[in-house]
Amino acid sequence: MLRYTLKRAFSLGISLIVASLAIFFVVEVVPGDPASFMLGLNAQPDTISALRAELGLDVPKLQRYLAWVGGMLQGDFGLSYTYRTPVTEMIGDRIWVSLPLALYALTLSTLIAFPAGIYAASRRGKTGDMTVMGATQLGIALPNFWFAMMLVLIFAINLRWFSAGGFAGWDKGPLAAMKSLTLPAIALALPQSAILARVMRSSLLDVLGEDFMRTARAKGLTRHQTLMRHGVRNALIPVLTIIGMQFSFLLAGAIIIEQVFYLPGLGRLIFQSISARDLIVVESVVMLLVFLVILVTFFVDLAYAAVDPRLRTRT
Amino acid sequence: MILQRNILLGGALCCLVLAAALISFVWTPYDITTMDIPNKLQTPSAQHWFGTDHFGRDIFSMIMVGARTSLAVALVAVGIGMGIGVPLGLWAAARKDSWADDLIMRGNDLIFAFPSLVIAILITAILGPGAVNAILAIGIFNIPVFARLTRAGALPLWQRDFILAARVAGKHPNRISVDHILPNIANLLIVQGTIQFSLGILAEAGLSYVGLGAQPPVPSWGRMLADAQTMVSFAPHLALIPGFAIIAAVLGLNLLGDGLRDHLDPKIRVVRT
Amino acid sequence: MTLLSIQNLSLSIGITPVLHDVSFDIAAGEIVALTGESGSGKSMTALAVMQLQPEAATTTGQIKLSGADLNDLPESTLCTMRGNEFGMVFQEPATALNPLQTIGQQVAEAIQIHDIMPKATAMEQAAAMLTRVGMPQDLFPLTRYPHELSGGQRQRVVIAMAIARRPCLLIADEPTTALDVTTQARVLDLLKDLVQEFDMGLLIITHDLAVVADIADRIVVMRRGNVVEQGPTKTLLANMQHPYTRALFEASSHAVDLPPAQNDPTPILTVRNVTRDYPQPRLRMFAPRAQLRAVNNVSLEIHQGEHVGLVGESGCGKSTLTRAILGLEPVQKGTITAFGHPVGPTMPAAQRLKTQVVFQDPYSSFNPRHKVSRILAEPFYLIKAHQTGAQLERAISDVLSDVGLTSDDADKYIHEFSGGQRQRIAIARALITRPELIIFDEAVSALDVSIRAQILDLIADLSRHHTLAYLFISHDLSVVRTITDRVLVMQDGEIVEQGRTAEVFANPQHPYTQSLIEAAPVLPTIQEASHVPA
Repeated sequence: MLRYTLKRAFSLGISLIVASLAIFFVVEVVPGDPASFMLGLNAQPDTISALRAELGLDVPKLQRYLAWVGGMLQGDFGLSYTYRTPVTEMIGDRIWVSLPLALYALTLSTLIAFPAGIYAASRRGKTGDMTVMGATQLGIALPNFWFAMMLVLIFAINLRWFSAGGFAGWDKGPLAAMKSLTLPAIALALPQSAILARVMRSSLLDVLGEDFMRTARAKGLTRHQTLMRHGVRNALIPVLTIIGMQFSFLLAGAIIIEQVFYLPGLGRLIFQSISARDLIVVESVVMLLVFLVILVTFFVDLAYAAVDPRLRTRT
Repeated sequence: MILQRNILLGGALCCLVLAAALISFVWTPYDITTMDIPNKLQTPSAQHWFGTDHFGRDIFSMIMVGARTSLAVALVAVGIGMGIGVPLGLWAAARKDSWADDLIMRGNDLIFAFPSLVIAILITAILGPGAVNAILAIGIFNIPVFARLTRAGALPLWQRDFILAARVAGKHPNRISVDHILPNIANLLIVQGTIQFSLGILAEAGLSYVGLGAQPPVPSWGRMLADAQTMVSFAPHLALIPGFAIIAAVLGLNLLGDGLRDHLDPKIRVVRT
Repeated sequence: MTLLSIQNLSLSIGITPVLHDVSFDIAAGEIVALTGESGSGKSMTALAVMQLQPEAATTTGQIKLSGADLNDLPESTLCTMRGNEFGMVFQEPATALNPLQTIGQQVAEAIQIHDIMPKATAMEQAAAMLTRVGMPQDLFPLTRYPHELSGGQRQRVVIAMAIARRPCLLIADEPTTALDVTTQARVLDLLKDLVQEFDMGLLIITHDLAVVADIADRIVVMRRGNVVEQGPTKTLLANMQHPYTRALFEASSHAVDLPPAQNDPTPILTVRNVTRDYPQPRLRMFAPRAQLRAVNNVSLEIHQGEHVGLVGESGCGKSTLTRAILGLEPVQKGTITAFGHPVGPTMPAAQRLKTQVVFQDPYSSFNPRHKVSRILAEPFYLIKAHQTGAQLERAISDVLSDVGLTSDDADKYIHEFSGGQRQRIAIARALITRPELIIFDEAVSALDVSIRAQILDLIADLSRHHTLAYLFISHDLSVVRTITDRVLVMQDGEIVEQGRTAEVFANPQHPYTQSLIEAAPVLPTIQEASHVPA
């Protein structure tokens, strides 16, 4: 198990290095001169050279890359050009909106999808299955930001149960903060849970056809006991993969949903930075998002090993 | 019977969207570039089936032209994903466990670490927003989807005896991939292609909504929703109708995909994220 | 005393009848063998007794266990009986155990669901039961996972689960079919012992008549859902009433009429000191990779028109050797020469044509999307001139008639053929280049006995009419015995014994060969007297 963990950690490190290289290349090498890019067409030559000096563009690219990575390792993402504040501070404020939102949505999605998927699989071909499958078919087709608008229309504008947007802030207490994240989380979670429920169902149906399920029945377990004791855990492996991939989708989806609900998260930050051509911020936020996704992949790999003893002993 | 119902319903929805897109090239009820401020924000009526927007433009016409954008972006993106992903997957499967296989699969993992929206953000930050960038972003994200699927579908086939027979006959692995592997994973690719198409439409709508997709004056369902957002409290049809259009297209493709799956090979597992 | 009594059991799935009026009894302490070819309904009969038949099935008739009719009992009662009063062992030990739970958990579960007790007690009982089936705790602790065990060991765990509650009836569906012959003998011995010790009834389902004759007190022969004949083993073997039973037994001990080998001194295939290693996964990150030696210093020769057999159990290196001879894999040491040229991925087309191969599985041997004509043309791939035209068409129709098919079959897809016909097409594909050497890689192992006999006859026939040498690879001693002149015995990557087939079988020298021949169940010779006019 330790060997497995070390191996995964090793490949986590490699992924991070390659990803940072890719981002650095796209943001700082492709546009030619980042300074004149950030300042736009009408910039004066002396402003450009001032910015070049400030960004440290005069030193070789490799050295710049190392300085960037070295800074990030110490928690220093540089200085935002537009706002003149450390990027670390800007991210620090906003990540406590985006990350809880993604986790909230992931939890909701899993809580809805597991029972729905297991129920559908256990009622295969019957009315209950058909109903759940029909609902998921619709759920998959929902664009989450449109669904979010509909939630606002119904629950905020008409019923007035929730506010239409904005974030209460964690200093108002966790409940108030969670409340302002609830509609966004539902909007994110429902379409994803439809997908997850379908994966859970089909994965369970695959397992139901396995020989060891018949063995369990021959021992005297009831159909339901067989499903819960031997089915679900075996069905979990493909489901874990999807949960991992969904997290990255929820993070990215959160960026869009933040626009619908005017939430001060990473998404807002990144769009503001794009229109302000603040490459420093864009680069840092993208790197952070990619870091989170890769980290989740790592944890999913560990979860595989926790579920499946074959992975623990092999390699 | 259910299989046919899925194919029929899905096919009908797809045909509807496709027809709207194609007809819009030669005819739309109104010209979508002319504004008609006196008639703005009308609810659906006999003159304007889907009502008008805040500039008085006919929404039905905009939906028709918007279908064009959605389908084009999604189709080209799937084309990019298949065109590059499938050969990569075949190549990797034919050389399982070699450094080439490793490199391709690790590269796929890396792209997966960048959700399509993040790729779009990066591209937009450098090249500026536009439909072409949306295509690129969704297309790049589709590459690992098809590469992984192709490889996963091809690997068990490489264990089959008919592949050994072909090798005994002296066929090169690439030739075997084309002669023997590709025809046997075609169903898989068709089904997944349908699903990716629908995901592409969703992704395009999302990108356009946040302003990273098609730019004015090119109409797009996602941007119609963005425009509608501030008016949703007093003109909900502005948000409802493009939403229904997206749902119709995506639902149609998903039903078609599922129906085709059941019809061609019920064992196919579709990957969705 | 009758334990299980099946009367007029009929079962259909949808409108397809599967079983028709099946009736037989099992007494306590008795071993009844249910036998027949694939599709005879023997497995479905077993599932019906367990009441685990598919949901779509409609069942009529009676299945009385100790007086109660299982067909009438509610599912909840059946759940308390399964595993408690009757248990079942399945064919495939590789997949019959939950891969995510330890063997202790799985055996203990079989005990705990029928009797509430502390986990520790259940584990103790599980340990005792595992020890009883030959899995002692010092070697196989309860914490083992299924993937850490061999096939035979897993089958013992499955047996331990089935008998953990000491049921009065045990059903075993092809329990040894997936096992090697020596393992099979030990598992069968275990089952026999358990029947005696627990005074159980055992219903064993097997297609292998030698196993049947070896283990059963009574035999029930099934065909297409009907019981065609049943009776005590000795009586039935001595006096078979039904022509199908007789045909079945004759096909099982089928001896082909093999033409004598030509004594040509020049070898067409020479394998000299060949060694093939496979790198194993690294144990530590930068540790050197361990090597698995699949083939170890093997040398052999095949002469023109010679019929050579290669026997060995699974994992002995047979398949690796085959691939090396076909030039599909490189070897680390040694040389392989065929028809005077070295064998390898770059060998010339003309040399490729002279060596062909027939694989085991008639279902995976062909691309399902290609027509027979395209399948048969593939061996000519490197010779462009042969690929089209009347010449190719003639070759295809010739070779199809050689193997007993017609030229019309060239336009069909492979799914239109039965398993036996597919194996004929596989032979046709090998034969179309008019090769001098064919490798038969377990070529009849997946076939029912009657089809197997026909294919063996076909092979003998072909070698009579063509100058054809072959290497016949099989785990089945009885087949190798009849279809070869010379035999090689392989164990752990090495050839441990070789010689003329008749001599090796009559007087094996190497202990491994001796144990193989010892373990293989033998069919009793059917007496001529049993031939009554039908």
